[in-house]
Amino acid sequence: MSILEIKNLRASVEEKEILKGISLTVKAGEVHAIMGPNGSGKSTLAQVLAGREEYKVTGGKVLYRGKDLLELGPEERAREGVFMAFQYPVEIPGVSNTYFLKAALNAIRKHRGEKEVDAVEFLKLVREKMKLVKMDETLLRRPVNEGFSGGEKKRNEIFHMAVLEPILGVLDETDSGLDIDALKIVAEGVNSLRDQNRAFVVITHYQRLLDYIIPDFVHVLVEGRIVRSGGKELALELEEKGYSWLEEEASALATA
Amino acid sequence: MSTAMLEEYAEREYEFGFVTDIDQEMIPPGLDESVVRLISAKKEEPEWLLEWRLKAFSHWLKMEEPQWANVKYDPIDYQKIIYYAAPKSDKDRPKSLEEVDPELLRTYEKLGIPLKEQEMLAGVAVDAVFDSVSVATTFKGKLAELGIVFCSFSEAVKNHPELVKKYLGSVVPYSDNFFATLNSAVFSDGSFVYIPKGVRCPMELSTYFRINAMNTGQFERTLIVADEGATVSYLEGCTAPMRDENQLHAAVVELVAMDDASIKYSTVQNWYPGDLETGKGGIFNFVTKRGKCEGKRSKISWTQVETGSAVTWKYPSCILKGDDSVGEFYSVALTKGWQQADTGTKMVHIGKNTTSTIISKGISAGQGQNTYRGQVKILKGAHGARNFSQCDSMLIGDRCGAHTFPYIDVNNPSARMEHEATTSKIGEDQIFYCNQRGIATEDAVSMIVNGFCREVFRELPMEFAVEAQKLLEVNLEGSVG
Ligand SMILES: Nc1ncnc2c1ncn2[C@@H]1O[C@H](COP(=O)(O)OP(=O)(O)OP(=O)(O)O)[C@@H](O)[C@H]1O
Ligand SMILES: [Mg+2]
Repeated sequence: MSILEIKNLRASVEEKEILKGISLTVKAGEVHAIMGPNGSGKSTLAQVLAGREEYKVTGGKVLYRGKDLLELGPEERAREGVFMAFQYPVEIPGVSNTYFLKAALNAIRKHRGEKEVDAVEFLKLVREKMKLVKMDETLLRRPVNEGFSGGEKKRNEIFHMAVLEPILGVLDETDSGLDIDALKIVAEGVNSLRDQNRAFVVITHYQRLLDYIIPDFVHVLVEGRIVRSGGKELALELEEKGYSWLEEEASALATA
Repeated sequence: MSTAMLEEYAEREYEFGFVTDIDQEMIPPGLDESVVRLISAKKEEPEWLLEWRLKAFSHWLKMEEPQWANVKYDPIDYQKIIYYAAPKSDKDRPKSLEEVDPELLRTYEKLGIPLKEQEMLAGVAVDAVFDSVSVATTFKGKLAELGIVFCSFSEAVKNHPELVKKYLGSVVPYSDNFFATLNSAVFSDGSFVYIPKGVRCPMELSTYFRINAMNTGQFERTLIVADEGATVSYLEGCTAPMRDENQLHAAVVELVAMDDASIKYSTVQNWYPGDLETGKGGIFNFVTKRGKCEGKRSKISWTQVETGSAVTWKYPSCILKGDDSVGEFYSVALTKGWQQADTGTKMVHIGKNTTSTIISKGISAGQGQNTYRGQVKILKGAHGARNFSQCDSMLIGDRCGAHTFPYIDVNNPSARMEHEATTSKIGEDQIFYCNQRGIATEDAVSMIVNGFCREVFRELPMEFAVEAQKLLEVNLEGSVG
């Protein structure tokens, strides 16, 4: 079954068109990597999938497990199993990470008709997941992302993902700013969730993440279009040649 | 999440006001010397107290209403106010909760107020709340064993005249300011607390006695004295929405702490803020609250959570006279609709090594205007005085405002002052982040706001903190989704 079907998606922000017709199908069990130069629209795609209002969809369709995703509000998407790891995770002063995460988990469980977890069950779950991402326990008690180092913020995103167990995980440059050990941990976090019922879209600039999270497909986004798709070897080719050869193709395409 | 939507969330109507017909014994509207005499006579007060009221009254006649606060309201006609009304008689009260506005009951429920207290708050006739009253009486007995005096102001005048005479006006003199002077002339009733030497009050005062604070009218007077080494925590107000036929409220609170004594005074206030569209009918709350750290190493701590009133004018202050004394002010003020709040504190450092801390959190939504006005004054003799001030403002939507006026007046070079101020807009990115984790916008807003206020909430007694948190939630609850 397809988890995600994007058909000719167009989106703009502040009257400027950023996504210019994107089509992409992600099936259960797959990992898709999206690469591309700065400003090409990768984060925009992630935000549109997550339901950020500022990004106006001007054309196309997105089906999530066969249903119209664009009709749903961002919290409904999350409750249906869509998770986005933010490129720039947001700080929420005064709200403890555990309190926040428990509220999130319970909102999702409630939506699924499951009973809310109590403090004891929650703590048990959290301890287990924390080990997975080797996160320091003090980060649980601290306010969400406040004063976290860049790497800690990214790790916290994966930790949230591990606890919430989404069906579709969209990771926006979760590897940027991570040292090599942290990178491995993040990859482990993703791999531990990887199974026949879930799928991931991993946005990255670096092929090295893909050594740990081995993608089924790699897509290159240039100026709001997917200009090339391939297997994991495409990432290696990009690493070697850069994007300029594809950018030329893209501009040829745009003027054609 | 657009700004317009955010505002919609913030502008929830205040649905919980209730008005009951009034049929009370009262003096006709207007104020002159004979009214002051009549109030005093009705309360069977001693001569000295009448004299004091009269001095205040003649002083008030020469005063002008202050205009400096950052609030706008239609002029108050002091001749149209009723200055004395006896409490409602039982026959005019609802007989049971079934006769009370169901909306009001829903709010009580949301706030988690126990049934018995709901009855008290809704003004159900006394015999229906007999249980609670007897609980209160039991506690009063316990307090009396320790020599603690805790009673209404009128009772104190009758039973402890020497204490009242000694401390009344010792912190807020009758001539202090327009509203305090008016209060001094016409105050109706209020609470009196005296904690004797070395006694630690074993319970939060007023949790079981909320009824005390009811029906005391618009000119309330509170006096709390903690003698040497005594400790007390006092809770004022309650989170339940309060509506009052009286628009003007001008209360006075005086606190006195002797050597090594400590007073913690917590307020949660939820007066009717007025119609959200027009601001009509809301309470004007002009309060003078001041504590005097008379003794060495004494401590006075004010914590307030203000969510109601159309206009709030309030500056709980500390006079740090004793050496090594400590003053604290923790405040959360929420303004939405057309509410205006001009609030803050004044810390006057007189003694050596005196310390003060000010943490103020202002939240504005809708067209709300929130002003922090604080003064830290270090007098010549206050060697080694220290102050830390932090004033944070949060804006919800873009039609509201936050203003900060910190005044600092340092007359001793050894003083150390620290001031921090921030203004932030409740972030759409914060709300989106919450949404993306499955949390609804309404819950996200209250979560973010509660997080913003955490430093203040943790100063509140546990039970009050939970209520205050719920109160903010209820106040920010939207009509959408
Ligand atoms: N809120 C916004 N307002 C204005 N322009 C925006 C906004 N968000 C994105 N853009 C613009 O849209 C374009 C695509 O941005 P996007 O963040 O999607 O790029 P990206 O591929 O994720 O880049 P990077 O690799 O640097 O993260 C950029 O030109 C960016 O400036
Ligand atoms: Mg990006």
